[in-house]
Amino acid sequence: MARKKPEMNKSSQGLIEIRDLDYSFGHRQIFKGLNISIQAGKVTAIMGPSGTGKTTLLRLITRQMVPDAGTILVDGVDIASLNQNDLYRLRRRFGMLFQNGALLTDINVFENVAFPLREHTRLPNRLIRHIVLTKLHAVGLRGAADMMPSQLSGGMARRVALARAMVMDPDILIYDEPFVGLDPISMGVIVRLVRRMNDALGITSIVVSHDVQEISTVSDCSYLISHGRVAASGSPDELHNTSSELVRQFMHGMADGPVAFHYAAPDYAEQLLGRDAD
Amino acid sequence: MLREIWYTFVDFVRTFGALQLFFVRLIANSPSIIARRGGLVVKQVHNAGALSLVIIMVCGFFVGGVLGLQGFANLSKFNAEDSVGTFAAFSLLKELGPVITALLFAGRAGTALASEIGLMKATDQLSAMEMMAINPLRRVLVPRFLGGVISMPMLAAVFSVVGLFGAHVVAVDLLGVDPGAFWQQMRSTLDPSDINEGILKSVVFGVVASLLAVWEGYNAVPTAEGVGRATTRTVVITAIAVLILDFMITAAFI
Repeated sequence: MARKKPEMNKSSQGLIEIRDLDYSFGHRQIFKGLNISIQAGKVTAIMGPSGTGKTTLLRLITRQMVPDAGTILVDGVDIASLNQNDLYRLRRRFGMLFQNGALLTDINVFENVAFPLREHTRLPNRLIRHIVLTKLHAVGLRGAADMMPSQLSGGMARRVALARAMVMDPDILIYDEPFVGLDPISMGVIVRLVRRMNDALGITSIVVSHDVQEISTVSDCSYLISHGRVAASGSPDELHNTSSELVRQFMHGMADGPVAFHYAAPDYAEQLLGRDAD
Repeated sequence: MLREIWYTFVDFVRTFGALQLFFVRLIANSPSIIARRGGLVVKQVHNAGALSLVIIMVCGFFVGGVLGLQGFANLSKFNAEDSVGTFAAFSLLKELGPVITALLFAGRAGTALASEIGLMKATDQLSAMEMMAINPLRRVLVPRFLGGVISMPMLAAVFSVVGLFGAHVVAVDLLGVDPGAFWQQMRSTLDPSDINEGILKSVVFGVVASLLAVWEGYNAVPTAEGVGRATTRTVVITAIAVLILDFMITAAFI
């Protein structure tokens, strides 16, 4: 794949800076002292075993949730300091692709993609039609414009949601597990789409995924999160050739390693053959 | 034990306070939604009101019919069967109209609202709106709340009118009460304040039923089980609230 090698300039301020983030849900500490810097115009991957709070991190970045401690800066502005109007103004710069698409179920595909335009702008219908069909064409679903969300397959719904996420031409696109449950063809399309939109439109992309192979082909910089903090970061090549046990286990999908495959349980033999067995 | 009761009490007070704040936010956002997005409200009036008409009219007719039967059977013991119109009108306009309409409304429209909003939450549709910088409170909740508030008094009025028609069919057409006496007695004994009481009740019940439906849906646990429980709670809590408020308003008018 022909693309520029990313220049990792760690000293420069990123578009999104996450500093010393703490967050706990109930009694479970999800993040402790998390530091991430997301550079403008790059594809940043956030990876980690399931249950590490990757989706939670996205919700924290967009302030759908509020952290216990630490700061999140977007363009140098602390998002915790924004009032609702400023927050909504900031969110217009974001496009977010939800895991299950999150399409509005009472309106058809066309209206779903047109929804942000109709809510935020006073564009004439002709122009809205034009924009929506262009975006639907980009995800290959112009022909599905009249279908209802309930008639779509999971992969199609995700692509419609992607069209909706980019209809307002956002600066930052956030993908929550975009590759889960896609067939190989749609997967390839989405992977290329992520890269192409990033390069052609100068968008900053954040991709949350545990699909190591796919994400490695598109990302400029990856963060591996484990136990509430960044376990490793760098370009996909750097992560692949790392010496860290945990990173190796995750990148190569090995069952044995620092991350236990088994949830904490009593001894196997004892439980099967023990006194309570019969 | 005492501690648990205390915690339950604190929990109740906290929820009740949150409900009031929620109510204030709905009301505060209502004028601008009516002014700018009237179409959304009209659509919800259709959903909550027009689609409930059939059940309201059928039930109203039969409740009125029962009043005609009972009124005739019992009043005729005192040779007062001419008063059956008054009896039916008082019962319907002051009590049965608003109360039964509110209970039916909770069952038909309230459950639909709660489950719709709960499912929108469970499938991330509300979060998606948040991320599109669209406030779901304004876009989803306020129009649905207003739709219920506007529909409920009209439904109660329809219920009472159809009920009177049902009473008339049974008492006059089937049992032979004099139609002149039926209407004349009703007109001479019924006071405008009696009708006002019914209107006030239907407005209050409309606000309560819509508020609770929207609240339960919005605060549903975002799972299949949670949405189901929210739907059930909507009906149960609305029924309790309506009957308690009915007692309070009736007491205030006497």
